[in-house]
Amino acid sequence: MPTLNLAPDAVFRMAQQIRLDVCLMTNLTNSGHPGGPLGMADYATWLFANVMDIDPKAARREPRDRFVLSNGHCSAYNYAVLCRRGYFPPKWLLRFRMSGSPLQGHPNMIYVPGLEASTGSLGQGLSQANGMALGARLKGQHDVRIYCNCGDGELQEGNIWEAVMTAAHYKLDNLCLLVDFNNAQIDGRVEDVMGIEPLGDKFRAFNFHVIETDGHDYGKIAAAYDEARATRGKPTVILFRTLMMKGVPPYEDNFKWHGKPLNDDELAIAMKALGFSGTKDELVATYEDWPTQPPKPGPIWAGAGAHH
Amino acid sequence: MGVVDATKVMGKKWELQLTRQAYADALVELGEEDPRVVVLDADLAQSTLTRFFGEKYPHRFFEMGISEQDMVGTAVGLSHMGFIPFLSSYSIFLSGRAWDQVRNGVAYSAANVKIGAAHGGISVGKDGPTHQSMEDVGVIRPIVNFTVIVPCDYHETYKTTKWSARHEGPVFFRMGREKVPVITTKDTPFEPGKAILMEDGPDGTIIACGLMVAQALEAAEILRGRGIRPRVLNMHTIKPLDHEAVLAAARDTGAIVTAEEHSRYGGLGSAVAEVLIESDHRVPMKIVAINDRYLESGPPEDLLIMAGLTPQNVADALEGALRKGRK
Repeated sequence: MPTLNLAPDAVFRMAQQIRLDVCLMTNLTNSGHPGGPLGMADYATWLFANVMDIDPKAARREPRDRFVLSNGHCSAYNYAVLCRRGYFPPKWLLRFRMSGSPLQGHPNMIYVPGLEASTGSLGQGLSQANGMALGARLKGQHDVRIYCNCGDGELQEGNIWEAVMTAAHYKLDNLCLLVDFNNAQIDGRVEDVMGIEPLGDKFRAFNFHVIETDGHDYGKIAAAYDEARATRGKPTVILFRTLMMKGVPPYEDNFKWHGKPLNDDELAIAMKALGFSGTKDELVATYEDWPTQPPKPGPIWAGAGAHH
Repeated sequence: MGVVDATKVMGKKWELQLTRQAYADALVELGEEDPRVVVLDADLAQSTLTRFFGEKYPHRFFEMGISEQDMVGTAVGLSHMGFIPFLSSYSIFLSGRAWDQVRNGVAYSAANVKIGAAHGGISVGKDGPTHQSMEDVGVIRPIVNFTVIVPCDYHETYKTTKWSARHEGPVFFRMGREKVPVITTKDTPFEPGKAILMEDGPDGTIIACGLMVAQALEAAEILRGRGIRPRVLNMHTIKPLDHEAVLAAARDTGAIVTAEEHSRYGGLGSAVAEVLIESDHRVPMKIVAINDRYLESGPPEDLLIMAGLTPQNVADALEGALRKGRK
């Protein structure tokens, strides 16, 4: 069972559920980073649902594809998608960033099934993904693909460009780098803080195959992953144009949401925008009701199991 | 001639061998013994001698170019795929430039990565202070999950390398550039975390690691000429430190001197002092190490004298500690 093979509308509902998860998680713990997770929810949820060969019931099964969240501060997304994909019960999400919880502020692979790397200090994930891609090749796992997600602001780290050189030098066509290209970081617009453009040209100059596309359009997202998989002899980077905080229109494309949790009033606005009509307590109760695997559809992700 | 002058520093002729050659020899054997062993280097394979592995197992050798941070991360990824990566560069770059990757990449996920740090200490000599690594043990030792070893000679480096492959978890071990005296044998028992008794005596203990173990043996020779018979411990493993050996030394011999080719802050001396200060033993202790200063370019034997790391320095330190203990 490599993928869920969901129709775009089902992936959308799963992504919306994950967005809701992220908003609630940051609200409950009063910390964390909602903006990036909401922005990456469409393209990354498509990846987890329809692209990656993974098995939540046997998380360490070999061979398997791997996802490395290099921008570890978007952990809330990674936890929520793993949960909704069936790796652990939704109840876990309620204790994000709290003591005694496996869900650390930034991911530790030792604690959480489905995590493939421990990240948080920016700029290091691509190197680790390269190591996985080299390792897969060495093991003769020719169908295994390694996906690494970076924030665009993260590309200001020098280590990233060392790793970009390595991926190209070793012609790692089993590696696909995803960039959440939202032009937003803590201190402002990326272009104002420390410009990274022309980004596509930079990657092309470093011998990457470059795809630039809309990170919220499922048709384009699917096509980008297919193109990456078909590309031989060089690694691919997909520059996904996204909006920070996508899905909650009053807050979209505003960099202040990089690392600001939602208070109760803001959570109410987000719940409404994401299609949940109850109260916060009613929302929390839906998590408590799902203690075991496999996960049941959430209030928004109803029907996500419908295959097309 | 690129060799620590045994007559000048050691006062005695020893067989001299490269520790990094032992690393290279052990790696080549490991390549044969365990297909999971892979090796990475950052454009210093000619110098760290990992090239021998690379020539024999080209598919399992990864030249990473001049990018130590990326090399460490790549090794982490390979370990997550089930491989046992050994990576090498100069110690100053691995412990300094790539510290964050070592801490957050290797250690936090307990990745099975082995760091063979070459050209540690000051024996790199003529390259000068930019390449002399006198803080490496001090900055790696606090990192959770790491074993830190400073082998003293060829045989101990060989055993350290072979053990590292068997051990599940991060290991950092440090080699020098120069040929150093071969003071253990192929058959000397080696167990990480357990000090080796090199010489025994009732009059104080010299606890040394790396190159300084040979210096300590020379110091013991000097001390015997003064009627003092010290214990000499080869403390190859700085972490986990052999607490029992330290406490026994304090109890049995009444004074302790540590000797290391490292800054006086954070290395072997600090580690030993941490144990003593929380014990019931109140014995005089002195740290023979590099005082808070940069050295300079020059022949390694000159630098050891400049740094105060000669057998004479060690002998004088122990004699001073014993005198202080008698007061």
